Amino acid sequence: MDPTLQLFLIISTALFSIGLLAALSRRHAIFILIGIELMLAAANLNFIAFWRFGPPPQQPTGVLVAIFSIAIAAAEAAVGLALVIAIYRHYHTTSVDKLDHLKG
Amino acid sequence: MNSVAFLLIAIITLAGALAAAALPRLIHAALSLVVAFVGVAASFFLLGAEFVGLVQVFVYVGAVAVLIVFTILLTRREVTGERGINWGGAIVALAVFGGLLWTILKTKSLALPAPQIEPLTVKRIGEALMTNYVWPLQCVGLVLTAALIGALVLVMEEKREEK
Repeated sequence: MDPTLQLFLIISTALFSIGLLAALSRRHAIFILIGIELMLAAANLNFIAFWRFGPPPQQPTGVLVAIFSIAIAAAEAAVGLALVIAIYRHYHTTSVDKLDHLKG
Repeated sequence: MNSVAFLLIAIITLAGALAAAALPRLIHAALSLVVAFVGVAASFFLLGAEFVGLVQVFVYVGAVAVLIVFTILLTRREVTGERGINWGGAIVALAVFGGLLWTILKTKSLALPAPQIEPLTVKRIGEALMTNYVWPLQCVGLVLTAALIGALVLVMEEKREEK
């Protein structure tokens, strides 16, 4: 049996949920970034799967959206990690529980 | 598409992702994240988008993973005081997974096999990028430049104050 679109969607759903779990349940800022990266990878997998299973003749739209999304994800990772380093220099911690100075 | 390859890729991807989310040591999680990214790239290859798979390997495995490892090394002095798992997050993630899975399984039109397609060559992607998508391409270039300059400024500022 060949894998259907459904199977790819289930894999990407699982990947997204694992990313969400990492982003919500960990307290270390880098773990949250790892979770966000996992969720972005799941979204890319969805784009490619829907492109592949779309009716022919296919435009390369899904592939191009995935490429742009990878580029934006790289920018996001660079800025996020720079923020983690800047916060670490200020507060000497990367635990998001201790970064509640704006809470009032 | 080969179902054995699909099963193998799915297991590797999900195992890597689970390890990245659950391992207590940060450096182990970052290296498991690399495994998950390689699995995602392999499934791109399986789906016939070889170029995106290569980009995934270059950008994620090559750049983002190294960036994460460097950040871990630069902020390592702290002993991670993770107090067990946060059950609220686990419940929300499980609820999202359950809801999406129910929707996917309920939608019968999603159970379609892959149609025959002509292979997507790099030439076609390049032509599309240079004709219809030239403005998005320029904008992404601008965003990347701005983001990298911004990251540099963020990291350098503290150093200037210290001097």
